Amino acid sequence: MKKLLALLALVPSLVFGAGSNYPLDTAPDLTNDLAALQRGAKLFSNYCLNCHSAESMRYNRLRDIGLTDEQIKENLMFATDNVGDTMNISMDPKDAKKWFGAAPPDLSLIARSRASANGPGADYIYTYLRTYYRDPSKPTGWNNMAFPNVGMPHVLWELQGEQVAKYEEVPAGYGKEGTVQQFVGFELTKPGTMTQVEYDQAMADLTSFLVFMAEPVREDRFKLGVIVLLFFGVFTIFAWRLNAAYWKDIK
Amino acid sequence: MAADKKVETTGVLGWIDQRFPLTSTYKAHLSEYYAPKNFNFWYFFGSLALLVLVIQIVTGIFLVMHYKPDAAKAFQSVEYIMRDVPWGWLVRYMHSTGASMFFVVVYLHMMRGLLYGSYRKPRELIWIFGVAIFLCLMAEAFFGYLLPWGQMSYWGAQVIVNLFSAIPVIGPDLAIWIRGDYVVSDATLNRFFSFHVIAIPLVLLGLVAAHLVALHEVGSNNPDGVEIKEKKDANGKPLDGIPFHPYYTVHDILGVGVFLMVFSAIVFFAPEMGGYFLEYNNFIPADPLKTPAHIAPVWYFTPFYSILRAITFPFLGLDAKFWGVVAMGGAVVILFFLPWLDKSKVKSIRYRPALHKWIYAVFVINFIVLGYLGVKPPSDIGQIVSQIGTLYYFLFFLAMPWWSKLGTFKPVPDRVVFQPH
Repeated sequence: MKKLLALLALVPSLVFGAGSNYPLDTAPDLTNDLAALQRGAKLFSNYCLNCHSAESMRYNRLRDIGLTDEQIKENLMFATDNVGDTMNISMDPKDAKKWFGAAPPDLSLIARSRASANGPGADYIYTYLRTYYRDPSKPTGWNNMAFPNVGMPHVLWELQGEQVAKYEEVPAGYGKEGTVQQFVGFELTKPGTMTQVEYDQAMADLTSFLVFMAEPVREDRFKLGVIVLLFFGVFTIFAWRLNAAYWKDIK
Repeated sequence: MAADKKVETTGVLGWIDQRFPLTSTYKAHLSEYYAPKNFNFWYFFGSLALLVLVIQIVTGIFLVMHYKPDAAKAFQSVEYIMRDVPWGWLVRYMHSTGASMFFVVVYLHMMRGLLYGSYRKPRELIWIFGVAIFLCLMAEAFFGYLLPWGQMSYWGAQVIVNLFSAIPVIGPDLAIWIRGDYVVSDATLNRFFSFHVIAIPLVLLGLVAAHLVALHEVGSNNPDGVEIKEKKDANGKPLDGIPFHPYYTVHDILGVGVFLMVFSAIVFFAPEMGGYFLEYNNFIPADPLKTPAHIAPVWYFTPFYSILRAITFPFLGLDAKFWGVVAMGGAVVILFFLPWLDKSKVKSIRYRPALHKWIYAVFVINFIVLGYLGVKPPSDIGQIVSQIGTLYYFLFFLAMPWWSKLGTFKPVPDRVVFQPH
């Protein structure tokens, strides 16, 4: 924490250093809500699937969230005509690296790979999508609280609007002199097409879709798990009585 | 033609028995293999280890049908199994959960041996085969962990193979020989795949067979450490022994039921087990140009990893890394000598002095603490604690010939202690 504060005092634009300790917000779990997942899928294909691929995900797997092949083809599929294809993009990773500094990662498993000791991947993504702010010191003009010095500009700025990070001078703490900059919140400088509540809701949809995409079988897994556990529960009761029936002879 | 062998069975079974020891094998290992009747909770883990071995082999067979041991395809092929292969996700989760549960079960099984002196004469070879199985299991887990070709797979293998380069003179060449390349690469993946699916399982199965044959030759130990073969009835059956089948088969089925509940709970509700069974970083494809900030082995290796990291000083002109490797290897190899290090008058912890119980308790806590520290990034306090822990680990074994004689032992009963259920 001391190092963190020292860093803050020195380079306000770096904010939380390379590995961010920004507290993650808890993402609402909408993975059971088909309408939310469909809205998330729409946001994903409109805003993410141009630069980010999802090479493990097939378009027709979206049937699992209640869509028909026709709906998928007409509303969500822009890069291919085959509904059985995986979600690839046409951008060359080499170009991408040149333009953004790093090739945009494949998003198939992003909700699983971004989990950490700080929280589930969903919480990270939900926080990340909502903590973009204007930062003129960055090449793109954007920075992010959950991912400091992020290469990606704020793609959803039209929806969210523009916000800036507000800092306050606070005493440097025990045994230190002077003051440090402490982040106290965001201030909306230019409203977007959505209100903050609407935007948070949309990001919860998108996050839940990414969780679904990281493991499409997840909901089935839970349902089947209940049945399997019940089966082994009954099995164990029988095994217990069978064991007792044999062992009553052993004196 | 030689004279027909005399057999008691008739019909098809008789025909077989004249040509193959089917009935006699069945009797020797199941229906007339006498096991002590006082087995407790700790005795479930041997049969459970066998169950997990079967789960791993069967799920492994199906995974190999769809997995591609190719650096360009491996990661995607695992996701293909997870998404497109019917029931592939279940088979994969069973295999990944099985790997961790194998170690849970085997650690508890070894703990049982330690508590009741199951390695003491005449069971030294059972123990030695067992430690060899443990070594094989570690190799199997290590080779298998590279196959998903995620970031942790890649960098974990990189770190471990690099350890070999610490060996003087031959080290660097040895590391290249193991990898088949200057870094972990496609060549490494292919040979690790070969070791994981053929070489090690073959050795493992042979050792498991030897472990069981040796066990059935001398008979099982029990929580009292009493030899049941010393008290026999008129027919030559041990008074405190009961036929393994049906008594311990039904008993083990109960254990299997409870175990499979735990196993399924993990497979269906927490296959990642909070990042301990499937590490989060491993959902990112291997990238040889991007070293993760924190490389930690999977939880079952971490006590030994802590011992490796605890050695931080050069010695005899060789660097700390080399001695770390020696300590880590020594921590496993020392287990082979346990039967000759223990000089205690009685086998079972039940009749040993309180001092021994304390030493054992601290040993177990110490092992868990070392495991915990191995998961964490290095820290100053962690380093000191792991150095003390490493010292205790080795002193436990090396000083055993002395401390195991200390204290007042309780009298061991003639017969096993047993309360009818």
